[in-house]
Amino acid sequence: MNIIVCIKQVPETTEVRINPETNTLMREGVKSIINPFDMYAIEEAVRLKERFGGKISVVTMGPPQADSALREAISMGADEGFLVCDRAFAGSDTWATSYTLAGAIKKLGVFDLIICGKQASDGDTAQVGPGISTHLNIPQVTYVKKVEEATDKSMRLERMLEEGYEIIETPLPALLTVVKEINEPRIPSLKGLMRAKSAKITTLTQKELNLDPQQIGLCGSPTQVVKIFTPTPRVGGQILKGEIPDIAKELVDLVKGEVN
Amino acid sequence: MDYLLTDEQKMIKDLAHKIAEEKIRPVAAKYDISEEYPWEVLKVMGESDMFGLFIPEEYGGFANSTMNLCLATEEFSRACGGIAVCYAASALGTIPIVLFGTDEQKKKYLPDLASGKKVAAFAVTEPEAGSDASGIKTVAKKVGDHYVLNGLKHFITNGGDAETYVVIAMTDKTKGARGATAFIVEKGTPGFTFGKKEDKFGIRASSTRELIFTDCKIPAANLLAKEGMGFIVTMRTFDMSRPGVAAQALGIAQGALELSVKYVHERVQFGKPISTFQGIQWMIADMATEVEAARGLVYSTARMVDAGIKDVSKESAMAKMYASDVAMKVTVDALQLFGGYGYMKDYPIEKYVRDAKITQIYEGTNQVQRGIIALKIIKEMAK
Repeated sequence: MNIIVCIKQVPETTEVRINPETNTLMREGVKSIINPFDMYAIEEAVRLKERFGGKISVVTMGPPQADSALREAISMGADEGFLVCDRAFAGSDTWATSYTLAGAIKKLGVFDLIICGKQASDGDTAQVGPGISTHLNIPQVTYVKKVEEATDKSMRLERMLEEGYEIIETPLPALLTVVKEINEPRIPSLKGLMRAKSAKITTLTQKELNLDPQQIGLCGSPTQVVKIFTPTPRVGGQILKGEIPDIAKELVDLVKGEVN
Repeated sequence: MDYLLTDEQKMIKDLAHKIAEEKIRPVAAKYDISEEYPWEVLKVMGESDMFGLFIPEEYGGFANSTMNLCLATEEFSRACGGIAVCYAASALGTIPIVLFGTDEQKKKYLPDLASGKKVAAFAVTEPEAGSDASGIKTVAKKVGDHYVLNGLKHFITNGGDAETYVVIAMTDKTKGARGATAFIVEKGTPGFTFGKKEDKFGIRASSTRELIFTDCKIPAANLLAKEGMGFIVTMRTFDMSRPGVAAQALGIAQGALELSVKYVHERVQFGKPISTFQGIQWMIADMATEVEAARGLVYSTARMVDAGIKDVSKESAMAKMYASDVAMKVTVDALQLFGGYGYMKDYPIEKYVRDAKITQIYEGTNQVQRGIIALKIIKEMAK
């Protein structure tokens, strides 16, 4: 089974500060780690490889230092790492990112499965995984909590819902995004760390991928971050008392008043 | 202090640190109370190649290095002295096979020990043979192509949980120390059973148990080294493993120091953190300096062993004795810094005091270590 895992390098702390003037993350002095949700994706890929054999390719889009995230994935059992890195990709939103990653994946050749974490801990959009599957025109199953059955042709998965779960069967190739309930990521082995240290990471730039310039980077991004702020907490609330018909009328008046 | 570790050693230390923080520290209190054997943690150590650190590559290990063993043991012990000793005791049971085993014995036993699938134990101590190993009463009698073992070992770390035991027994009582022989005994061998499991003051995650041999028949192929070499096997093994015990003590001291520095920074009395008081600062300064001095001794000794220097008994004894005395003093001071809270089991620090104490006792009491050091120095002077 050839598996592709998409990962993202993110700042470690959950208390990242935002520069109020530029609305960007203040990354100074903050350690970079693999997005915690992607760790489950890597682990699940390694478990599937242990069962079915095959190869795991890890892909990330990011600056040159994201190389260390790919090496960490290799230390856990992935086989090779691809760094999608070019100034032309800078400023990508989830549309441009998923378009670019889909382009890189096409370049990698035949695959059976793509696994992503359910979302990144910095942006929290949960859009890139589904975006990739849409660009590649393959089925997607999001919030996977368990692989029930797997063959090289199809998979039967438990998909987490807010209350309970649903069972979904999908043909392969497909894209899954996984939640933390799916497994417990392993600690790398010393031999894995050694292998990761000397592993070759392949960099893919716009030159190699030759993507539509209108769909990559800042100009290929239909969304723009205008402002980042903590929403002010909602206050109060009002409890209406009395007979139901009276309350209903009062409520309608109140809503009308709000609208006007 | 920078000990100029190689990239590989840094990698080992970092990985052991990660295991300690993510897998050991969260369960340390649980195993201290339950006294269960921490298989879940040992499994992780095995999968991460940690048991391979003291086993040569050709037998499924990573490298045969005392320094590697010390780095890993120190990191594990920072989080839990009890779980760390399960690991270190397996090293102790493995080292004699690495040092004296035939190629066949190594091929048979080392791969499973390197992967952590099985753990090992070393059995010398008996009720009447503690520091005085010449008091060993367990006997091994050769009958055809077998040896028949009879006797009792006690206080055996990993006893009952280990699969592979190296046991010292007398093959010729008339020869005294030269009549002792080492054997590899597998768990499950008929006539080999386990007795009392000890209820201990500290290192409670580790099992300490009696081994009972009743007409236990083992193949002659399980003889380690030669008949009569049992004490040489023991002494050479201890020379290599003592830096490991020292590293355990060092890790316990380091762990207690870190917790207390954090605590004095957070604990406010008289309107300010107690770390601002000179009385506290001086204690921290002394503790940190002593830990660093112990580390210097431990690492230097480990490097001597790895460099192939044959006679390291003085340095090994110094490292073990000093690091364990420091561990005792530093953990008691750490508890003092925690004040009344430190005395309560709700806080992790009292466990460090309990875990530290054994390091002054086992693998040769610190009085025996001082004897080794003094005799060696006097001998050197007389040359």
